[in-house]
Amino acid sequence: MDAIILQILNGLDKGSAYALIALGLTLIFGTLGVVNFAHGALFMIGAFCAVTLSKILNLSFETVDETKLDFLGNPAKIKTPYVESWFGPEVGATIIDWAVPLAILFSIPIMIAIGFIMERGLIKHFYKRPHADQILVTFGLAIVLQEIIKYFYGANPIPTGAPEVFKGSYDFGVLLGFDPNAIIYPYWRLVYFGFSALIIGGVFAFLQFTTFGMVVRAGMADRETVGLLGINIDKRFTIMFGIAAAVAGLAGVMYAPINSPNYHMGMDFLVLSFVVVVVGGMGSLPGAVLAGFLLGILESFASMNEVKSLIPGIDQIIIYLVAIIILLTRPRGLMGRKGVMED
Amino acid sequence: MLNLQKHDKTLMIIVAVLVLFAPFILNPFPTGSAMAQFNAGYPDLMQRFVIFGIFAVGFNILFGLTGYLSFGHAAFLGVGSYSAVWMFKLLSMNVIPAILLSVVISGLFALLIGFVSLRRSGIYFSILTLAFAQMSFNLAYSVLTPITNGETGLQLTLDDPRILGVSATADGGIPVTSLFGLEMRSTYEMIVGPWTFQFNAGYYLCGIILLAAFYLSLRIFRSPFGMMLRAVKSNQTRLNYTGLNPKPYTLAAFVISGMYAGLAGGLMASMDPLAGAERMQWTASGEVVLMTILGGAGTLIGPVLGAGFIKYFENIFSKINDSILHSWFSFLPDGIEDAVVFLIHPFIGKGWHLTLGILFMLVVIFLPGGLVEGGQRIKKWVSGGKNKADDKAPKTEPAE
Repeated sequence: MDAIILQILNGLDKGSAYALIALGLTLIFGTLGVVNFAHGALFMIGAFCAVTLSKILNLSFETVDETKLDFLGNPAKIKTPYVESWFGPEVGATIIDWAVPLAILFSIPIMIAIGFIMERGLIKHFYKRPHADQILVTFGLAIVLQEIIKYFYGANPIPTGAPEVFKGSYDFGVLLGFDPNAIIYPYWRLVYFGFSALIIGGVFAFLQFTTFGMVVRAGMADRETVGLLGINIDKRFTIMFGIAAAVAGLAGVMYAPINSPNYHMGMDFLVLSFVVVVVGGMGSLPGAVLAGFLLGILESFASMNEVKSLIPGIDQIIIYLVAIIILLTRPRGLMGRKGVMED
Repeated sequence: MLNLQKHDKTLMIIVAVLVLFAPFILNPFPTGSAMAQFNAGYPDLMQRFVIFGIFAVGFNILFGLTGYLSFGHAAFLGVGSYSAVWMFKLLSMNVIPAILLSVVISGLFALLIGFVSLRRSGIYFSILTLAFAQMSFNLAYSVLTPITNGETGLQLTLDDPRILGVSATADGGIPVTSLFGLEMRSTYEMIVGPWTFQFNAGYYLCGIILLAAFYLSLRIFRSPFGMMLRAVKSNQTRLNYTGLNPKPYTLAAFVISGMYAGLAGGLMASMDPLAGAERMQWTASGEVVLMTILGGAGTLIGPVLGAGFIKYFENIFSKINDSILHSWFSFLPDGIEDAVVFLIHPFIGKGWHLTLGILFMLVVIFLPGGLVEGGQRIKKWVSGGKNKADDKAPKTEPAE
């Protein structure tokens, strides 16, 4: 029992990342009808926003401390981050420690701007072209973005820590009445899950309860009619693209402490996220979220030793296997709408 | 001869000349000169040109004709490589059985995957093929280690049985791949003045197979079967209403292109008896898509050009470094020279993928027909605006 709960918990954080990326992909697909292969790159850029901010906060100046000597006998040089000298050592250290959560604020404007530029500059010209062309051009864009990041940050993963408060793990076992240490779960993953639940809830509330969201939903259902009613639907869809980019970016920012960001993390997630979107059903937002968590949890169940000894190798292929089965038996995915991408 | 139309005959001859005289064409600069680093006429690279050419030609039969975009074609390449290496391990070092087996096995593999994947079309098809390829990749890395040797990759060893050959050569080494005794790695060097031209047995084997593969694809393009495949691309619904079932035709195209990929994989292993799982990864599938699109999907010669183009620049661009750039731009004033080198620096050496990505995007945006369409446009532009009326005629797809 405790093993099962542990696997469900383990699946949640990966599932949250899948769900967030898939949500963004579906938003773009549902509104603009564009298959965006560069979405994984947006996720990666988000993670690198966190890296950048922590680098900026760690910018330091050097002072020479005459009282101490380094191992060569010269006066020791001490690095002091600017933040610490401005806000005092304690506040400064806390700010640096909280770099990743702070990067959320830092990344939102950046991601929205990137989203706008992408949509207006490139994707706008591809609405009328076939889906294959959209896939290809965004695939090229993904390569370009990834290489730019590689150029500036190098090819090695850059460890980016969570704030000190969230390091360590929470003993779930005690809470549920199992032995201590039976179910241990890192705090940051809990935070990640809560955060993604918040974002997903926010996006749904935005679409469901605001006038803007209502118009966007109407546009998703019937773009022409909304346009005929005198609403500038293109502008709203552009904004939605920005929001989708921001969702992917935020997923990346918060994912940085879980896995050290490297330049190809986007591609790794993209392939899986596409599978998630297709399983959930093209163009269905709840489907994307559901499928994201479902596949995340399935994946972690498949990596249990008991399952692996029963069917060797299942943990490597479970997601693809499920995707194939669902695509063949339910062509629209779990919750796909009728008439979306059916040909 | 060959039962071809005049136009195709020219095309065939062009390709044949390109392939057979590649050691000369790719070696225009004398050895030892400053430009010698742009020579591509060494066996290893030339082999890769033709092998990827075969791969892309095969991919084009599927994507160019039927419009089904497979993102998992590298799986067949990998399967082909593995089967060829197994043949070397078990039977003999002759390349013929190895290549035959790799084609057969990857064909069967393609039949299986195609049968399932072709039940969907559009993006679903892409995702299905991607899923299958990733599955094969992951399995090759983990559970199938007894067959694939996992991360190390499948290699020849001294205690392989090799029923029809020898386990080890007289001097205790691992035997090399050969075609009835003609070693694949044997190279004849011809020295003409300052030039050195290398003629490699393996390259010519690959080259002749490329010619055969190209001829076959040409015949497919011109056949009623190719016509059916084009019909699948332009309007499948109408095809259905005409009372024709497109499924067997697309499946046949899928299997044929899978066999081409297997052939390429088998050749790759014949040139260098190694097979690793990374050949099946989806980035490898992406590469053949890049080649085909860059050269011109749906055209005959496009994929060959695209494969050559990408492989050439991959090798050459990644060799250029800052000091070479400095020597090129040394005629500029110092400040400007540094600035120019600084600007170009991200695009060369390790940054080659950035250049490739940008180039690819530009091609998709402005030249959907690839390099072939670019060539046609230049030709039209050079020949002048005489045929203005013709220009306005709607062009659905570029001719070859």
